[in-house]
Amino acid sequence: MEEKDMICIVCPLGCKLKVTKSDISQTGYAVEGNKCFRGVDYGIKEMTNPTRALTTTVVISDASVKRLPVRTSGTIPKPLIKQAMVLINKVEVKAPIKVGEVIIKNILDTGVDIIASRSMCQNSEHEDLLKACFLQG
Amino acid sequence: MLQYDIVVIGGGPAGLAAAIEARKNGVKKILIIERDRELGGILQQCIHNGFGLHIFKEELTGPEYAERFIKELITMDIEYKLDTMVLEVSDSKVITAMNATDGILHIQAKAIILAMGCRERTRGAIRIPGTRPAGVMAAGTAQRFVNIEGDMIGKRIVILGSGDIGLIMARRLTLEGADVLAVAELMSYSGGLTRNIVQCLEDFNIPLYLNHTVVNIEGHDRVEAVTIAQVDEKYKPIKGTEKRFECDTLLLSVGLIPENELSKSAGIALDNVTGGPIVNESMETSVEGIFACGNVVHVHDLVDWVTEESRRAGSSAAKYIKGQIQSNCKTIKLKGINGVRYVVPHQIRLDNIEQTVELMMRVDNIYKDIKFVIKSNGEVIKEVKRKHVAPGEMETIKLDLSKFTPGDCDEMYIEIVEKEA
Amino acid sequence: MYDITVIGAGITGTFIARELSRYQLRVLLVDKENDIANGTTKANSAIVHAGYDATEGTLKAKLNVRGNELYEKVCQELHVPFKRIGSLVLAFNQQEVETVQELFERGIKNGVPQMEILDKESVLKLENNLSEEVVGALYAKTGGIVGPWELAIALAENALENGVELLLNSPVTDMKKIAGGYCITAGDRKIESKIIINCAGIHTDDINNMINSPSFEILPNRGEYNLFDKSVGNVVNSVVFRCPSEAGKGVLIMPTVHGNLLVGPTSEYVENKTSVETTFEGLTFINDHTKHTLKEISFQNVITSFTGLRAKTRTQDFIIEESKESQGFFNVAGIDSPGLTAAPAIAEYVIELVKARIENLEIKQDFNPNTRPNIHFMELPDSEKAKLIEKDPRFGRIICRCENITEGEIVDVIKRKAGATTLDGVKRRARPGSGRCQGGFCAPRVMEILAREQGTDVAEVVKDGLGSYILTGKTK
Repeated sequence: MEEKDMICIVCPLGCKLKVTKSDISQTGYAVEGNKCFRGVDYGIKEMTNPTRALTTTVVISDASVKRLPVRTSGTIPKPLIKQAMVLINKVEVKAPIKVGEVIIKNILDTGVDIIASRSMCQNSEHEDLLKACFLQG
Repeated sequence: MLQYDIVVIGGGPAGLAAAIEARKNGVKKILIIERDRELGGILQQCIHNGFGLHIFKEELTGPEYAERFIKELITMDIEYKLDTMVLEVSDSKVITAMNATDGILHIQAKAIILAMGCRERTRGAIRIPGTRPAGVMAAGTAQRFVNIEGDMIGKRIVILGSGDIGLIMARRLTLEGADVLAVAELMSYSGGLTRNIVQCLEDFNIPLYLNHTVVNIEGHDRVEAVTIAQVDEKYKPIKGTEKRFECDTLLLSVGLIPENELSKSAGIALDNVTGGPIVNESMETSVEGIFACGNVVHVHDLVDWVTEESRRAGSSAAKYIKGQIQSNCKTIKLKGINGVRYVVPHQIRLDNIEQTVELMMRVDNIYKDIKFVIKSNGEVIKEVKRKHVAPGEMETIKLDLSKFTPGDCDEMYIEIVEKEA
Repeated sequence: MYDITVIGAGITGTFIARELSRYQLRVLLVDKENDIANGTTKANSAIVHAGYDATEGTLKAKLNVRGNELYEKVCQELHVPFKRIGSLVLAFNQQEVETVQELFERGIKNGVPQMEILDKESVLKLENNLSEEVVGALYAKTGGIVGPWELAIALAENALENGVELLLNSPVTDMKKIAGGYCITAGDRKIESKIIINCAGIHTDDINNMINSPSFEILPNRGEYNLFDKSVGNVVNSVVFRCPSEAGKGVLIMPTVHGNLLVGPTSEYVENKTSVETTFEGLTFINDHTKHTLKEISFQNVITSFTGLRAKTRTQDFIIEESKESQGFFNVAGIDSPGLTAAPAIAEYVIELVKARIENLEIKQDFNPNTRPNIHFMELPDSEKAKLIEKDPRFGRIICRCENITEGEIVDVIKRKAGATTLDGVKRRARPGSGRCQGGFCAPRVMEILAREQGTDVAEVVKDGLGSYILTGKTK
């Protein structure tokens, strides 16, 4: 019988899951040890198609710093992370950027976008302009 | 002299939440003083996700979490000064600060909220022998270089300490093309969240050596090799267990220390265990009208708890300037014993408790199937079961005091009771 | 052709160079490192000894007492931190009481002023954090503390302002006799000089042997130290020694001129002249020693550890003389403790030796013994702080949060003569990064300032030596 002990990474609680292959269950797997429903999904996914969120940066110009933090809008298959990094590392954006703005659409055909995880104003000395830029986001 | 109702020192998550909450409670003149070039504090460099599950019921990155508060702050028109350093805080609540445009500032506040955060423990404090080349760096400093400046800090890397920053940086540096050869941890357990061991180390096949420490650093100009060895139960390296890694970088993630130099200048009493101010139910320090919240009080592992604690500080400071806080009333001292290293708050003035008080604590070891028992006057007030507790994971307990009558007792104890075998 | 080349820009080399800059001479100061004071001068006890240690009649004894007298003046001229806080040698048993008595008598013979023997009560009155086990002590009021690298840097700067030339990153690899002097290879330069003064610290024997038959050998002796945060800097008020033993002058506990607490050193002969690593055993040894000397101390407050190498010789005395084989080649060797204290007197002594080889040595009329003081922004009254910020807003920007060092001060130490070019160079001159967080917060910003002021990329900024790069490229 196929079974695996794992730690759920959906939230910081880190439940210790036991996922067992099960013919009775509709999903094909039984999950134990989870404190919430998301643990079940995670456990099954980890057996069939493990996915991860990816957080990294892209090059940005015209901003007060040189990197813009970005993340995947959902999770992507674990084996694609390296390839995704290659694509993300080629991107260069220009300020201003708004939080949530799509930086790469549908990366590697996963249906998941790479989005900005903060707003970045144009490099400006004027506090008022910066404030205005923030409020637009 | 400038006059403010509340001055908040520090524009990180704690300061932002405290200022916003004070404004929501009707305080008009609020000023945040931030020493960095932007608001948000260390969150701006914590580009990984995992923030906000409690507060927003979503999983955000550090910058996203910060931005929500920054936007709210700007919408509320709360004043802030960036690139401004507070030099001194007096017990009469006069703040001396300076920056390049205003010069020296003297500010009289009715209440002060300390939210200076923490700093990283250095190599010196943990006695790592060896040379002192370039390439030995605190993990948080590396995080700033990599995530904000876009600078790489090494190619082959060993990390000492498995606190969350160390684990997060192991993954981050791997993604950016470095080889992370090993993470060594002095204790028999990781100081970080379990999920970070999985998604930051195991996902990338980075070995974690528990009960190990660095016993030598080699290299004259730049790190050339790092040797780790297993330690015995007294944390002394065991001869013959050495492993040598040829590498150019050693990252240190060996703990955080609340940044309390300003608190000391105001004569605020500090707790030896947390390294932060002794606070009461209102997050008020030993100096009346000076409040504190976030990592300056005790190091948190989740920013959500920082936000909650800071909101409490913000609303309490608002009450204080309105004269709604009782200071001469029955006070209970809280103490952690038998496995509970500390409890925040340290004191509860019962008249200021509406119903419940949130207790935050850390344990001294890993325990399974235990209960936290809260006792006063020998009587059990509350018991809470836990399947698994660890020093790296802060525990919180909501304590209902609405029916609590203290009698003559002025102390309350929290302890771990292990399941009888 | 230079008149004089001084090899080694440590405390003796810089003192000698500055003394020479009083005269009409063409002087070159050359060092293999990327900065001044990068050898033993940057890692020692930073003490100005009273002078009771050295055996009567030795050069060490003579130059220690004389050097001690000279400290006030030079530190005033160069605005270097120096405090005469007195020193104590503690006795914990009868045998040590006898040792203390011997030191007292030796001090009298050496001409050390203002010494007394204290009983237990008086010791504890002076130092109330000492262990109750102490039974007595020798107290020497003229003992003091100084900032050794600040002093060497200020001496070099003053020497440069008075016409001396400085050549860093230039290890001397070869030396030949030529007509009227010497030709040395230093880095990629060939330098001709009438006179050579060898102040190369632990490498003085190697330099000597390039041109002379070996007449002495430097035995590098490792000393390890722990430096504590300022929060415990006032645990002791004076330099507190344990009784000397086979292992050296005894482990000491002292405040530094900047208010930290310094404990150490160990004493261990090492094979290698590059053995500047600290060891588990060494740091444990000094911690144990400290525990026994004080009532209590928390090692949580240690912010850094370091090692220095002392240039010991078999004779146990300084070797300051013209080579018997090479006229105009002077060795200033074996300058281990009390070398820092003796350095001003060593310089005087060397000048007298040199005078015998140079005819008609003329004094420079425009010699200026004073340097412009470093700006210590936080020590200024508020009104002056405000003025300075108005004049230059960079003084309003704190870069180092632990020591409260402003951008203005950092730019100043970069721009000065013999200014900082590295992260550690800035740290030694203006102190950002020497506080509790050890540069955790300020290093990226100091690097940014260095790059901007030098017109280079931040990736070019090094920690100390040329190979001590901090960044390895861009993330993408």
